[in-house]
Amino acid sequence: MNDAVGHMQRVLLLGGNSDIGNAIVSRLVRRRGVQHVILAARDPASLIDRVSSLESLGAKVEATSFDLTNCDEHATFVDRVFSDNGDIDVAILAGGLLGDQAESEIAPDRLQQVLEVNFVGSALLAMAVTKRLKEQGSGTLVIMSSIAAVQARRANFVYGASKAGIDAFGRGLADMAVGSGARVMVVRPGFVHSQMTDGLAPAPFAQDPDEVAEAVDAALDSDRTVVHTSGAVAAMARILPLLPRSILRRLPR
Amino acid sequence: MTLAPRQQLLHGWGRAVPTGASVVSTEDGSLDRAISNPPERGLLARGLGRSYGDAAQNAGGTVLDMTGRSSIHAVEAATGVIDADAGLSLDALMRRVVPLGWFPRVTPGTRHVTLGGALAANVHGKNHHLDGAWAAGVRSFVLVTPPPAPDVPASSTEVTRESDPDAFWATVGGMGLTGVVTRASLQLDPIPSAWLDVETQRATNLEDAIERMRQLDRDHRYTVAWIDCLARGRRLGRAVLTGADWAKPEQLPARFRNDPLAFDPTVVGSVPHKLTARVVTRPLVRAFNAAWYANATRQEGRQLQSISSFFHPLDAVDGWNRLYGRRGFLQYQFVVPLGAEDTLEAIIGETAHGATGSFLSVLKRFGPGDAGHLSFPMPGWTLTLDIPVGANGLRTMLARFDRMVADAGGRVYLAKDAALSPDLLSSMYPRLSEWRRIRDRLDPGRHMRSDLDRRLDLVGRSIR
Repeated sequence: MNDAVGHMQRVLLLGGNSDIGNAIVSRLVRRRGVQHVILAARDPASLIDRVSSLESLGAKVEATSFDLTNCDEHATFVDRVFSDNGDIDVAILAGGLLGDQAESEIAPDRLQQVLEVNFVGSALLAMAVTKRLKEQGSGTLVIMSSIAAVQARRANFVYGASKAGIDAFGRGLADMAVGSGARVMVVRPGFVHSQMTDGLAPAPFAQDPDEVAEAVDAALDSDRTVVHTSGAVAAMARILPLLPRSILRRLPR
Repeated sequence: MTLAPRQQLLHGWGRAVPTGASVVSTEDGSLDRAISNPPERGLLARGLGRSYGDAAQNAGGTVLDMTGRSSIHAVEAATGVIDADAGLSLDALMRRVVPLGWFPRVTPGTRHVTLGGALAANVHGKNHHLDGAWAAGVRSFVLVTPPPAPDVPASSTEVTRESDPDAFWATVGGMGLTGVVTRASLQLDPIPSAWLDVETQRATNLEDAIERMRQLDRDHRYTVAWIDCLARGRRLGRAVLTGADWAKPEQLPARFRNDPLAFDPTVVGSVPHKLTARVVTRPLVRAFNAAWYANATRQEGRQLQSISSFFHPLDAVDGWNRLYGRRGFLQYQFVVPLGAEDTLEAIIGETAHGATGSFLSVLKRFGPGDAGHLSFPMPGWTLTLDIPVGANGLRTMLARFDRMVADAGGRVYLAKDAALSPDLLSSMYPRLSEWRRIRDRLDPGRHMRSDLDRRLDLVGRSIR
């Protein structure tokens, strides 16, 4: 249950290995008195370090197994997590796949994987979570989208389109939740230094996961549906749709 | 006719943390039905929604809107005993009984609370130092509790101090978590007129205010101090104090003497529903407080005031809570024991230097507490601070205040609370575990629930 100054009790991270997701959770534990964290990832054994780092902040942490692409299981999984643990104040959907644009253009299975993780699986999961939050009459779902969702470009339209899908879906869920006490927030970071972007040349205005976490933390106190994680990202979100295709085609990323 | 439950977003008077619930109207037989078939996320009775925080919310569960049950079943004009439904407002009660020369033993700062809400919060008023809290005027009440098992009907019991003292004192101040109070019998006090003879004084700082308050409490039935929570330094805690007693008819000006018990308060203004910006800003708070303090020079000495202007001045502005804008506000009310004046001063000092100030701050000296397990009042000083949500550093400031209050042996008022540190609950309310045992006897299925309970784990679900 949230209180009037933004304390919360229980947080669920879907995509337990996400750097951004963990940065957000750790900030919420440090600043908002979160007592209980549930990390969900394909391979819970891989979460050992994440778990102990959050435990060192004073939270009780559990790791559980789930697969974003295992769509048939989503509803059952979400029901189980909510029933076993009690009310979830914030659920963060941070699992995602950057993929490789060039490979996706050649290999249909790689293309399919990006779309399934980032859009189909994420959308089904987000729907299941939103329904539970509505029944709960409170709580927030944070969906990690991307500035790439604003305008898919030649250089990364597979990832961009998959994020555009979940971004639009998330805004729809936000409207679906209005009046229920639950809330859905779509977060659009720009380039973030993380495992996901390891090895890529950073784009301008790159942020650290902690900076993204700070922006998300602040946005939780607002009633915004779409959140850009910095002023520069917000500006890009305004400019990108205005650019002609001839320029969009030439953007390196 | 049965009205279908409706999904509704509910918030407290502070409007800060809305949650969704299924609201059941209780005019008809739907009350018994709802209590007999509690949903998974539980039940809670709600009156007029004047508790500031989340005490009258039940996210995802059922909320019983009690305001439809507001009949007065009996008024004994000779003895001042009334029997009424729990959904009756104090406003409606006073309109009925003041002209007969009776007044509730205790009135909080608004008439827009129900008898059930006043009982659940065991509210207090300006006469606490002499007359105690709401419980003092309660003769009995009817408590309906959810069935321990499905398909067993809900049970309805009339509770008095004698019939079941545990149930009586666990329910009075029990924040609605022992069951649903549907009806109550109250002992009213006689009044000679609907007017108060009010003495106003100014105090230049907190020490002066405390000293004057002690004296006023000896001289008057009703006392309160308004504190300027923006004044600093030597003027820290400067205050306007009022002490009052019921005026005798012969004290009234000729035009009121014919009908000294006339009572018909009106609303002078209303804050528009569309208002989303915060009107209460620090400059306004400063100007208001300075004006109030200055204005008191004109009122120093004695004057007559009506019931509404003395007890319920804010009721004249409909929806004043909307002045705090979309994000709302919270009221932090605590009590510290007599002797812990340092803590009082430290908190006022920190508020004066804080980012927000407090629009309205009221200081009162409590008399003895009562036998309610979760009753808020204890002999000591209680202060209220109205603070807009969203102020910088508010979270850490209130956590610090919680700690200071707990260390001083005081407590935070649950009916106002929206931000208490959960780990301090049991030290502030040392009889919590006793209350939990009685509560579990009354509602073994633990069907009574509220957001306040979820947030602080009042019921003790985590310690099976």
